[in-house]
Amino acid sequence: MNLKRSKSLVWLLWLIPLAFLLVFFYQPLLAIFRQVFSERFSQGWQFISWPQITKPLGFTLWQALLSTFFTLLIGLPAAYLFARFDFPGRKTLRSISLLPFILPTVVVATAFNSLIGPKGWLNLILMNLFNLNNPPVNLLNSIPAIVLAHVFFNTSIVIRMVGNSLSRLNPHYDEAARVLNASPWQAFREVSLPLLLPSILGASLLVFLFDFTSFGVVLMLGGPQFATLEVEIYNQAMNRFNLPMAGLLSVVQLAFTLLITTIQNRLNKPRFGKAALSSETKTLKKPKTKWQRFFVVFMVIILIILFVSPILSLVSRSLVTFEAARGERGNVETGFTLRYYTELFKNTSGSIFYANPLAAIRNSLVYSLLTMLIATTLGLLTAYALYNSNKANRWLEPLFMLPLGASPVILGLGFLISFNQPPWTSGPYPILIPIAHSLIALPFVVRTILPALQSIPNSLREAASVMSAKPFRVFLEVDLPILLRAIIVSLAFSFTISLGEFGASSFLANARTPTIPVTIFRYLSHPGALNYGQALAMSTLLLITSALGSLLIEKIRLPGEELF
Amino acid sequence: MFKKVFPILFVLIFGLSACQPATQNQGSSENPRELTIMTHDSFSISAELVSKYEADHQVKLTFIQGGDAGSALNRLVLTSGENNMPEADVFYGLDNTFLSRGLEQDLFEPYQAENSDAIPENFKLDPENRVTPIDFGDVCINYDKAWFADNNLELPTSLKDLANPMYRNLLVVENPATSSPGLSFLMATIAEFGENGYLDFWQSLNDNGLTVVSDWETAYYTNFSGSSGKGPQPMVVSYASSPAAELIYAETELSESPTGSLVAPGMCWRQIEFAGILKNTANRDLAEDFIDFLLSRDFQEDMPMQMFVYPVLPEATLPEGFVRASQIPESVATLDSALIAERRDLWVNDWTNLILK
Repeated sequence: MNLKRSKSLVWLLWLIPLAFLLVFFYQPLLAIFRQVFSERFSQGWQFISWPQITKPLGFTLWQALLSTFFTLLIGLPAAYLFARFDFPGRKTLRSISLLPFILPTVVVATAFNSLIGPKGWLNLILMNLFNLNNPPVNLLNSIPAIVLAHVFFNTSIVIRMVGNSLSRLNPHYDEAARVLNASPWQAFREVSLPLLLPSILGASLLVFLFDFTSFGVVLMLGGPQFATLEVEIYNQAMNRFNLPMAGLLSVVQLAFTLLITTIQNRLNKPRFGKAALSSETKTLKKPKTKWQRFFVVFMVIILIILFVSPILSLVSRSLVTFEAARGERGNVETGFTLRYYTELFKNTSGSIFYANPLAAIRNSLVYSLLTMLIATTLGLLTAYALYNSNKANRWLEPLFMLPLGASPVILGLGFLISFNQPPWTSGPYPILIPIAHSLIALPFVVRTILPALQSIPNSLREAASVMSAKPFRVFLEVDLPILLRAIIVSLAFSFTISLGEFGASSFLANARTPTIPVTIFRYLSHPGALNYGQALAMSTLLLITSALGSLLIEKIRLPGEELF
Repeated sequence: MFKKVFPILFVLIFGLSACQPATQNQGSSENPRELTIMTHDSFSISAELVSKYEADHQVKLTFIQGGDAGSALNRLVLTSGENNMPEADVFYGLDNTFLSRGLEQDLFEPYQAENSDAIPENFKLDPENRVTPIDFGDVCINYDKAWFADNNLELPTSLKDLANPMYRNLLVVENPATSSPGLSFLMATIAEFGENGYLDFWQSLNDNGLTVVSDWETAYYTNFSGSSGKGPQPMVVSYASSPAAELIYAETELSESPTGSLVAPGMCWRQIEFAGILKNTANRDLAEDFIDFLLSRDFQEDMPMQMFVYPVLPEATLPEGFVRASQIPESVATLDSALIAERRDLWVNDWTNLILK
């Protein structure tokens, strides 16, 4: 579908996603700003104190840069590992790497604590080994803890987005360059890198924006002495009731998001490299040379330490009881238990808001299926519109990235004043929730599909057109098979984003049909060993649901795709 | 092309639908009127009591959980302009630190509940009856019994004791700027040491190895050694009812709670929660009935096990586990609510500048 010549069709492609954003993003945002600032316009702007803005802004930028750097440092080799090498456990490890993405921050904080906290495994082992009296590693409440958690959360973005491009990159190009006497580095720099650059820049941008607007990680793992813009917005709005200040900070955050996106947009002039396609299986090979074997083993160990150990410690903690009764020394029971899971099925207090775990899983699945549908459809349309873009609508692109920079607190309040009447918030499954989730997922989907679209050689389409195929047929026969991997990655992203999302769900969901993260928080907000255990058990169920879901999604195949 | 996968997903979803308890639409009458109650996300009530109330009053109750207490109040303020229909008829969950903000915004219609005479006077903070006190809870320091026993350490008996070097590195508190128990504990120290002395006290706490975290969940489950998270500090700012919850939600039946509360005079801060009828409600009569219900013995006795708070109604009896493990402090710290409204931001700012900078 090369639409370069029919401008009206391009505008039609823009129309649906643009309308979606106007109604569900820009409209509520403007509504809240109008309400928040109208009072202040008449009173003057003396309420602004600049250090209150510049200080959190400086810290936010700094920690985001640091976190993005380390995420790329691990993510890029990991993406290469998964895209190029075939090794036992590859698929499992790849699926596990997506899991951190969905975990609520408080659960990750718990998992990290059981690993690197003062009484975590790491310290216990070190104290035993070296006969120390005090825990030697103290990472909680520090910048390294923030960076580590950001790397843990966001590496999967790099693995998926860059890996997706890498696996479609024809390795023969590289080999051809080598035959022409290029060094491996030259071959990489001159051939592979330019082709990969759009997806690397796209992934970095998303990671940066995620770190830039980070809230829970900074609050819970960084501790109270660190405040990002988002933390300060929450504090001003919810604790100080200083909505004008919160609104102003969120304008600053939006402006920076726009600035960063625009800069990236200018840097990323895609050369429409028509890398010949290759199906994924062909690019995979067993590690042969010594270096390749070392690389694979090294990376697998790093990824296991980073992803598998916190998740394992979380899962194991939901199955083991420690010192059941610290009140009574004599009666200590330690060992395997399924009690936390069986208790999930009991409504001990008879509460009206109780939801059994299967109902919570179903509620979450309803929202995530709707999100997959909305986000992927809109994302495809947007990607096509951007692909066929001319100068006039090229500047529209950052508008689609802006939802990532919007403060959930401010947007949530905007939603409330714009959509507080039925049908938006009523019924067991308020439609506003998958819409909010789609706003978050949309930039991912666009960034994943667009590079794939740009890699389709025009010759293929022209060939199809010459054979007088209708545009839709060209899409089905030419574009779709090539885009399929990117679409699947998009589906998996929107599925997991929706599954793990807590903020909007807790704000807007019907209290009687809570999602999994909402039930986790309900257990964690009460004292008691059983509540704690049940929160961990529920987190494990969230992990399993997500793993099964993304495995199913990755199973999607076109009929006859193997022949391609 | 998606043929293989989607049938599986749909079977999953509809299969799981069968697991939902049939709670919706069990009203016997054709079209009961509807009453909407806005609360915060810690609110809970037993399903049995709701069904009984709905049947008795021919009404359908809808609860909106508007986030934490601050979010829920913000939500009300934003959605209740003069031209707007209020999102709910009743609000439940305004506490004494937020009280004046709620009253300033003119959100409520006055109503004197049927048995308001039975409520002790010290709970009634609004003489105009725009809001009615329903429950209270005390923010106190919890301690790890086993830790104190193992280390042969005496318990602190006043806030001042906490600055004693024998309690070095033992206390974790929540940031008052981001946590409601954290704010309550700050209030307790201001009540104890006065506006001129509380910062000196905090300085001495800080010098004595104070740990500050952002929220209750982290403080209790990550830092506190008495919880299942088994952190490093044996004292945490939590609620006087937390030891009862540890007992009731223990893994095995315990003879006593693994934690206790420090309830010496001046060490605890009392949070009182209020409910009120929202302005411009179209269901004033139903809302009045509901406020009366909140003060009825049925609800007042249901509350402790649902939300781990205490009933304001003196004649309400407490569940056995509650009586066994939670202590009600004899005298609690208090501050004038108008003073709180005026100075809260200043106090929190000064505290932040001293402790977190």
